[in-house]
Amino acid sequence: MPRQIAFYGKGGIGKSTTSQNTLAALVEMDQKILIVGCDPKADSTRLILNCKLQDTVLHLAAQAGSVEDLELEDVMKIGYKGIKCTEAGGPEPGVGCAGRGVITAINFLEENGAYDDVDYVSYDVLGDVVCGGFAMPIRENKAQEIYIVMSGEMMALFAANNIAKGILKYAGSGGVRLGGLICNERQTDRELDLAETLAKRINTQMIHFVPRNNIVQHAELRRQTVIQYAPDSSQAAEYRSLATKVHANGGKGTIPTPITMEELEDLLLEFGIMKSDDQALAELEAKEKSVG
Amino acid sequence: MSLDNINDTAANEALIKEVLDQYPEKAAKKRARHLGTVKSDAEGNPTCGVKSNIKSVPGVMTVRGCAYAGAKGVVWGPVKDMVHISHGPIGCGQYSWSQRRNYFTGTVGIDSFVTMQVTSDFQERDIVFGGDKNLDKMIDELEVLFPLNNGISILSECPIGLIGDDIEAVSKKKGKELGKKVIPVRCEGFRGVSQSLGHHIANDAIRDWVFDKGIPEWEGTPYDVNLIADYNIGGDAWPSRKLLEEIGLRVIGSWSGDATLAEIERAPRAKLNLIHCYRSMNYICRHMEEKYEIPWVEYNFFGPTQIAASLRKIAAQFDETIQANAEKVIAKYQPLVDGVLARFKPRLEGKTVMLYVGGLRPRHTATAYDDLGMVIVGTGYEFAHNDDYQRTGHYLKEGTLVYDDVSEFELEKFIEKLRPDLVGSGIKEKYSTQKMGVPFRQMHSWDYSGPYHGYDGFAIFARDMDMAVNAPIWSKLKAPWKAA
Repeated sequence: MPRQIAFYGKGGIGKSTTSQNTLAALVEMDQKILIVGCDPKADSTRLILNCKLQDTVLHLAAQAGSVEDLELEDVMKIGYKGIKCTEAGGPEPGVGCAGRGVITAINFLEENGAYDDVDYVSYDVLGDVVCGGFAMPIRENKAQEIYIVMSGEMMALFAANNIAKGILKYAGSGGVRLGGLICNERQTDRELDLAETLAKRINTQMIHFVPRNNIVQHAELRRQTVIQYAPDSSQAAEYRSLATKVHANGGKGTIPTPITMEELEDLLLEFGIMKSDDQALAELEAKEKSVG
Repeated sequence: MSLDNINDTAANEALIKEVLDQYPEKAAKKRARHLGTVKSDAEGNPTCGVKSNIKSVPGVMTVRGCAYAGAKGVVWGPVKDMVHISHGPIGCGQYSWSQRRNYFTGTVGIDSFVTMQVTSDFQERDIVFGGDKNLDKMIDELEVLFPLNNGISILSECPIGLIGDDIEAVSKKKGKELGKKVIPVRCEGFRGVSQSLGHHIANDAIRDWVFDKGIPEWEGTPYDVNLIADYNIGGDAWPSRKLLEEIGLRVIGSWSGDATLAEIERAPRAKLNLIHCYRSMNYICRHMEEKYEIPWVEYNFFGPTQIAASLRKIAAQFDETIQANAEKVIAKYQPLVDGVLARFKPRLEGKTVMLYVGGLRPRHTATAYDDLGMVIVGTGYEFAHNDDYQRTGHYLKEGTLVYDDVSEFELEKFIEKLRPDLVGSGIKEKYSTQKMGVPFRQMHSWDYSGPYHGYDGFAIFARDMDMAVNAPIWSKLKAPWKAA
């Protein structure tokens, strides 16, 4: 059985970029990898394939009639250093049920042997766990470890805590565990501190702090991972370090202890990210005085 | 053998307790509010105040349906010149194929479509990508297949509500393209506690997608009435219409049994709405009262007592000519009534009856049984609301057992203990009751018989009840412990 991991996190946090860079580094460590993109936008494999994958499971199934009419070869493309890439795909925004699409696609891939002969299956899931469909990868016999991509921004922290709740829900019935937090630096105040504190509070680890580096953008514009675009850069070394830690983290996931909204807000107050009502009022008054 | 102590309050209360004792505490507490006996209020009028229209207790077997059943099976399905699409996966359409016994004139597949089943047959693909495009295409195909259809209704099954398909947008687009009414009905089965919400949703669709699209010109008379919420089960609406026409009224619309869409469209041109099944269509009558100032009158055409009372009540809304006509009609049919009673009353007198039907007949048929000398010992509704129970008391005698949304266990226990001579309910109760050795008639579908409305219907009703109660088969039943 391959090791199954999944990347979750707030929308726009850099899940797809982080996961693809990490997987590109893992493949350098001679790991055989399958990516299962679980986002209707189908951009989870773009940097590995150096192009956007057009043949998603669901679009091909819609054309063919049903998912039973598909062959695995139709939907699986080979990318950077042999990484196998698939995308669930889904409806255009505003129609149908993307969640059901994820379920259908994952079942198809599993039943048709996509998971055979790989060391890693990696799920890249859209923004938030909005419904049962997007929780599919964390249910029984799917991902063993979830990596939450986050930053020091308030909404990213809220999202991370919510995802931890989702993991906790399924941790009892299946084997899913929280692998750790990956902090994608946004250069907010005391970001590293905050990420480490949150990790501790929800009973996990901050597995790696990925520094902000514009080279990621340069690589992405060329539809490449940093590993491929600038293999000798310091950023590539960061992703390799992250990959090594993830690889060593097998079986070491924990059952998260998500905190309440109030606790999270207190934590943000403590770190000076959020202001208490009194503080905010005092500041407002001071501002009014200065204007007056 | 019936019990001697018929409609004994104390005995019935004890029976309710015996039944409730079998439940876990929480379930017993919930069910207790739905079971009771008819009591006298301060003025000595019988009332029954059980709770109703509440979610069924999980774990008990209820015979209730869903919103789709109410909207498709009851309200829209019988409209004969429209094609009704069961929009969603195959099951709902498949199992409601053929409709209820809504009789209609016309040629199936040419100008009438009631007994046909049209479904969008959702596949996984439609769930994931939405079913709107399929629906659009399907309506085009229906136009080719059935060019004489006068409109299309789209009846939502559960997944439509879950994936948020925009059937209203499709309806607007196709309605414009075809120049016909395409009516979306949001009757997803998970909405509400029973089929009752489906009736309401279907009524709202009539308001929003038929009336609000314009009322056709109509050359009216002061005697124009609508006959509303008669579904023409076994042809019920026909003898009803005949009586109304005989007293000098002009029925310009009869819904939705044997109805055309045009009859619904012109309904706001009537002077009076006559409503048979209050539960399923009071909503649209109230709307017509508010918006078009059309008064409405409830009537009951089961059994001669209620027929005469209803004819007088209806005639009282009109002039003396109509009132005189009503008296003439009542007198005209008296010999028929006398004949029926002479033949069947001696065979049925004193026989006890338990009923469990939908939202109207548990009260409306009670006096028809009274007319035959039979005694109601228990009655209840599947999906009635509080206002139905308020309308029920005066049909019943004090002490009568009343059960709302009765479970299979409760009903069987009540039958076992009350030992009625006849049970009137639906197909799900029929065979288990007959196996208990108790005669049975289906009071949703009239079995394979009917009509039961009007004077003509009463003769058939009396014959059918006699046929069930006095069938020779019951004398052949022997208890296994008795020697053959």
